Amino acid sequence: MSEEKLELTEGHIAKDFMASIRENIRACMQCGTCTGSCGSAYAMDFTPRQMWRMIQLGLVDEIFDSRTFSLCSSCYYCTLRCPRGLPLTETIHALKQLAVAKGVAEKKGARFYQTFLDTVRRYGRVREMELMTRYFIAMKSPMLPLSFTPLGMRLMMKGKVSPEMPKFFGPGKLDAIFRKVKELEASS
Amino acid sequence: MKYFYYSGCSLEGTALEYNISTQAVMQALGVELIELEDWTCCGASAAETISELLSMVLPARNLALAAKMDKNCDFLIPCSACYLNLRKVDEHLGSDEGLLEKINDVLQEEELSYQGGIKSRHLLDVIATDIGAEMIKAKVKRELSGLRIAPYYGCQALRPYGGYDDPEQPRCMEPLIEALGAEVHPWTMAAKCCGAGLMTTKKEIAVELTGELLKAAKGADCIATVCPMCQMNLDSYQKQVSQAKGEDLRISVVYLPQLMGIAFGLSEEDLKLGLNMAYTGSLRAKLKN
Repeated sequence: MSEEKLELTEGHIAKDFMASIRENIRACMQCGTCTGSCGSAYAMDFTPRQMWRMIQLGLVDEIFDSRTFSLCSSCYYCTLRCPRGLPLTETIHALKQLAVAKGVAEKKGARFYQTFLDTVRRYGRVREMELMTRYFIAMKSPMLPLSFTPLGMRLMMKGKVSPEMPKFFGPGKLDAIFRKVKELEASS
Repeated sequence: MKYFYYSGCSLEGTALEYNISTQAVMQALGVELIELEDWTCCGASAAETISELLSMVLPARNLALAAKMDKNCDFLIPCSACYLNLRKVDEHLGSDEGLLEKINDVLQEEELSYQGGIKSRHLLDVIATDIGAEMIKAKVKRELSGLRIAPYYGCQALRPYGGYDDPEQPRCMEPLIEALGAEVHPWTMAAKCCGAGLMTTKKEIAVELTGELLKAAKGADCIATVCPMCQMNLDSYQKQVSQAKGEDLRISVVYLPQLMGIAFGLSEEDLKLGLNMAYTGSLRAKLKN
């Protein structure tokens, strides 16, 4: 299980994950408190309020074409303030999971989190330099590392991180746990 | 006072100074920290975007390790994301019946099990609630007089699971800052988001959010933080943020325990102030006086 990606399986989608997401949002009355509370709303193509409506209406393709949910920073302001007490941030996480499963996840965010979890599976803990190196390799973009180089250099000069070549093969510390999670999710 | 100390991954690397200063200050206060050998990552903000079950199992593994040792000891967690993830497990056990069984099915792979009931608490909660301003004041050897501090709480230390302070207008750091002899910089940004992981995946948005915070902190000598992610967004990109905003937004950003440690008479080396990415000469000069 060297380079195995941890993803929801097709079976999971077949169980209509989207239906449970719709159920979460069913009571939304379109008041817009979420949008008013969202720090990233200004950069979204659809505001959070509009996206809940799209979920209610089942506009699945439009939801996954939009960049709205990938801009959530999980600040939980919308969840805190929602007068209906809906689990809005968790719904965003569910959409992110579904986007990965559908293979339509926005590349940067999904690759970063996949890489992150693969580092955790391998070592049990995150090693920041190793993670960033792997992320850059996964993104195959020569310009991306450059934008992080000044910070990386400063961190290295402080001795907080050291350059590390990722290991891609061999057993990982949390292999058993990751394998079991995948197995349970496939059968549920 | 005794706690399981869950430092989390960032505190082994980019936030090393948060780790060392927290331990130094807790030692000065006579608080015992028990480190769990073999702790592993809580899943950060990554697991929840990939798999719901994994996002429960990863933190639960650490709770299970602690449960083997002592069930009557709380977790003390300096990182807000780790705190949210560890606390999330028990918060969900009540409403999701099959969850514990599923978690234990997975943990069985490592011959571990968890039955719930261990309290996960943020470092700020422990400092503000269990230790308190009075006990802190009694330890102060060097008042931070003349220093104006902007208390920054960020998001996940307060939301969605808080309970020890107002999740929108938190105030619990203020008596602590005053106990150190410093002054509170009044601002409305204390609980606004820094952009968190968007700094890696959607930089322009995080730069915008961080810029608003740094602008509002003008007039303060430093920002006090209680989260490695907030700290990094606020202290490591000041040049880029200043360029984007067209004004000089450089300011010192230090962890709350570092400020406490200075007031307790600990040295810059004890508190690893040399590792901070934004510790300006003017703050250093003020602290030397």
